[in-house]
Amino acid sequence: MIRLEKRPSPSRFWQYGTPVLAVVLTMIAGGVMFALLGKNPFEAIRTIFWDPLFHEQFASYSRPQLLVKAGPLILIAVGLSLGFRAGIWNIGAEGQYIMGAICGAGVGLALYPLENRLIFPAMILAGAFGGWAWAMIPAVLKTRFNTNEILVSLLLVYVAQNVLASMAIGLMRNPDGGGFPGSRNLAKFVSSANPELISGTGMHWGVVAAFMAVIAAQILFQRHLLGFQVKVTGQAPRAARFAGVIPARLIWLCMGISGALAGLAGLFEVTGPAGQISIDFNVGYGFTAIIVAFLGRLNPVGILLAGLLMALTYIGGELSQLMMGLPAAAIQAFQGMLLFFLLAVDLLTNFRIRFGAQREVG
Amino acid sequence: MTDRGELLKLSSITKAYPGVVANSDVSLRIGQGEIHALLGENGAGKSTLVKMIYGLVKPDQGRMEFMGRAFAPEEPRAARLAGVAMVFQHFSLFDALNVAENVALGMENPPPMKTLASRIKEVSTEYGLPLDPSRTVGDLSAGERQRVEIIRCLLQDPKLLIMDEPTSVLTPQEVEILFRTLRQLAAEGTSILYISHKLEEIRALCDAATILRRGKVVASCIPRESTAREMAELMVGATLTPPARKEGPKGKPVLEVKGLSVASPIPFGTSLKDITFTVAEGQVLGVAGVAGNGQDELLLALSGELRTAPGTVSLEGVDLGQMGPNARRAKGLVSAPEERLGHAAVPDMSLVENALLSGQVRKGLAKNGFIDWAKTRSFAEEIIASFDVRTPGTDVAARSLSGGTLQKFVVGRELLQNPGVIVINQPTWGVDAAAAAAIRQAILDRAANGAAVVFISQDLDELLEIADDFAALNEGRLSPVRPVKGLTIREIGLMMGGAHGMEVAHHAH
Repeated sequence: MIRLEKRPSPSRFWQYGTPVLAVVLTMIAGGVMFALLGKNPFEAIRTIFWDPLFHEQFASYSRPQLLVKAGPLILIAVGLSLGFRAGIWNIGAEGQYIMGAICGAGVGLALYPLENRLIFPAMILAGAFGGWAWAMIPAVLKTRFNTNEILVSLLLVYVAQNVLASMAIGLMRNPDGGGFPGSRNLAKFVSSANPELISGTGMHWGVVAAFMAVIAAQILFQRHLLGFQVKVTGQAPRAARFAGVIPARLIWLCMGISGALAGLAGLFEVTGPAGQISIDFNVGYGFTAIIVAFLGRLNPVGILLAGLLMALTYIGGELSQLMMGLPAAAIQAFQGMLLFFLLAVDLLTNFRIRFGAQREVG
Repeated sequence: MTDRGELLKLSSITKAYPGVVANSDVSLRIGQGEIHALLGENGAGKSTLVKMIYGLVKPDQGRMEFMGRAFAPEEPRAARLAGVAMVFQHFSLFDALNVAENVALGMENPPPMKTLASRIKEVSTEYGLPLDPSRTVGDLSAGERQRVEIIRCLLQDPKLLIMDEPTSVLTPQEVEILFRTLRQLAAEGTSILYISHKLEEIRALCDAATILRRGKVVASCIPRESTAREMAELMVGATLTPPARKEGPKGKPVLEVKGLSVASPIPFGTSLKDITFTVAEGQVLGVAGVAGNGQDELLLALSGELRTAPGTVSLEGVDLGQMGPNARRAKGLVSAPEERLGHAAVPDMSLVENALLSGQVRKGLAKNGFIDWAKTRSFAEEIIASFDVRTPGTDVAARSLSGGTLQKFVVGRELLQNPGVIVINQPTWGVDAAAAAAIRQAILDRAANGAAVVFISQDLDELLEIADDFAALNEGRLSPVRPVKGLTIREIGLMMGGAHGMEVAHHAH
C-alpha cells in the first residue's frame, strides 16, 4: 500500500527537485505520446530541446528567438508571481500586455515623425502606465466592491482584445498602409524602435528589463519588508493584518506592479519583435506567463529558468512541426503535460510517500 | 441507578497517528445510567477515544463492546443506530435556519415539521431545557445552541450520550441547568460520557472518572471521594505550584478605553457595545466571558487590526483609535491573539520569520524597509532561550511545534519587546499545564515590572488566579470592573450574563 505522510516542514530538496523531476517525467510521457503518433520519440525530444540551440542549419535563426520569446514571459511572470504569492490572482496579464502596447505605441505614433531621444523613454512610461491602469480596474473593484479579481481581470482581456482590433483598423491604422489594418511599423523609426542590442542574440530592451525585474524581485523577496508582507499575506491573511499589513493597499500594489510589468512587456514587443499594432498582435504571452510563474515556483530565479525552458519548448515545438511533421496539438499537449506533472509532483514538497502498511507505533 | 448493568466496555484500545500515539492500551467500562468522566489535559487523547466510540475513527487495535455485543461502528450513522449520540464542543448548526430545521437536518428520517416541532417542545420541557422550535439559530446564545444539539441527540433516544467539554460555553448558572438535565437523564438509565478538564464540575456531577495522560489510562477514581488537587496531579503527572505573585505598586492609568463601540469584522461575530475601562501600570485586568461574546473583537480593537472612532482607545493620553498595529507597537502596546496558527504566527514560516512578524517595529529588525536577518535571528534565539521553547532550531516551521511550545514562543515574542501594555487572548488555551504555568508567570512578571495587562480568557480559575480586577464580556458589552478579592462565583456568573434569560423561557410555556 502506498500512503502519503505530511512532512513536519516543507522539504527543501523537493522544492528545487520537483521542477526537474517534472521535466523528466514530461519527456518520458511525451516520448510515449510521440511514439504512439508513429514518430521517433528520441528524435522528437531532441528536436524540441536540443536542435533550437545547436542545430547547424536552424540554430542561427532559432537561437536568438529564445531570448525574444523568454523576455516577455519572464517579465510578465515575475510581476504575476508577486500577486500569486500574496493570494491575489491576476489572470488578465494578456489584457494588460495589450493595453501597455497600445498606450506606448500611441505615444510613439502621436509624435510621428518627430525624432527625439526622449520619445522611447516616454513610450516606456506610457506602456507601463497602460498595463498598470488596466490592472487597477480589477484591483479597485475588488477592494471597493469585493468582486473577484480572477473573473474581472480575465474578462478585461477580451475587452482589451476588442480595443486592440478597433485601434488596428481605426485610430492607429497606418495612413500610408493602403487601407490594410495595422499601425505604422514602430521598429523602423529610430526614436521609437526597440532594436536587437547585440546582433545574433535576440537581446533587446525588453530582455534587459526582464533580467532587471528578476534581480529586483529576488532582492524584494529576500531582504525587503514588502516581500515579507507579500509572503505572509499569501500564507496567512490574518497574520498579515496582525503584522500591520493593510490588505487593500497590498492588493493595489501587487496588481499594479504586475500590470505595469505586463504593460512593459507589451510595449517592448510592439516596438521590437512585432513592430506594429495589429489585430493579432497578442500571442498569449500573458497566459503562458501564468504557467511560467508556477513552473518557476513563484521564485524569481526559478521564473528566469522556467521562462527560458518554456520559450525553448515553443521554438522546439515549431521546429518539430517543421522537421518531423508533428501536429501542433501534440506540442500543446506536451506543454500541458509539463504543467500537469509539475502540479502532480508538487505534493512531494509537503508530503512523503511511504510504502507498505501503516507501522504500529508504541 | 441501582442496577448498574454494563453498557460500554473498551479493552486495550490503541490508535496511532503519524508521529503520535493518541491512545495506547486504553480500557474503560461504563455502566447503565452512569455519568462517567473522561479526564485529561488537551492532547491527552480524550477526543480520539470518543471519536472511535462514535465511529469517526477506527482503532488500530483493541475491542469495543456495547450492550454485551462486539461494537465496531464503521461510521457515525452506525454508532447512532446502536444508540450512541454525541454533543460536540463545536456546534454543527446552521445560523440561518430555525431550531426545528436544524434538528431535522441531523436526523436520519425526520418526521414532518409540525410533528417534529411539537416533539422538540415536549422533550425540551420534559428535560428542563425549554426551546422554541421556530427561533432562528443565529439569534440564540451559546447555551441555547447547545440545547439544540442536546435535544437533537435526545430525540434519538440514546443509550449513551457523549458530551465533549459542554461547559466551556456556559455561565455558572447555565451549567447548573445543564447538570440538572444530565442527572435526570442518568436517573432514567441513559449513560453519559462526560469529557472535561474542569475538576470541580466532575466532582459535582460524575459517578466515576477515567484519567488519561499522553494517551494512556493513568488512573480511575470516584470523583466524589477524591480532591480536585489529587485529580489534577494525576492528570498532569506533576505537582503543581500556583503562580507566585509579587505585589507591585499600581501606577498611573496607561490604557484607557472609553465608549468603544465597533461592528464586528467577522461574519456572525459580536459587535462591541460601549466598552469602557482603564488599566494602570502593573495592573492585570481579567476579562471573562463565554466564547463568542466579543473577545476576538476586543483584541482586534485593542491591537489595532480593527480601527475605532477617535478617542475610544488611548494610551497615556495618546489617541490610538485610528492607528494600525505597528503604530500601536511603536507606542508600547503589544498583543497576542487567541489563534496561534494563522493569526499570531504563520504556520509554514520559520521561527525567525515569525519573530519578525510582530517584533519588527520595537526591536528595530528592519532599516529603510530592508530586513536585518542576522538581528532577527538573534531575536528568535533570545525568545527560544528565555522562554524555554523546545525546538530543534530557529529554522523549523511554526506548525511543527506543539501548541504549548508555539504559544510560549508567541508570548515570549511579545513580552521580550519591553511593552507598556499587553493585550492577550486565551494564552493558555490548548496548552499543557507546565507551559500554561510558565506563560502565566511570565505575564505576571511583566506586570510586576510595570506593564498594564488585559488578560482575556474563558477559564475562570485562571483569571481568578492571576487578575487583580475582573470584568466579563456578555454579548459585546463589558460589565463594570470589580476587584477580584471578594468576588463569588455567583456574582461572576451574573456578570457573564447569568443564564442569558434561559430560565425565563421556561416560564413562558
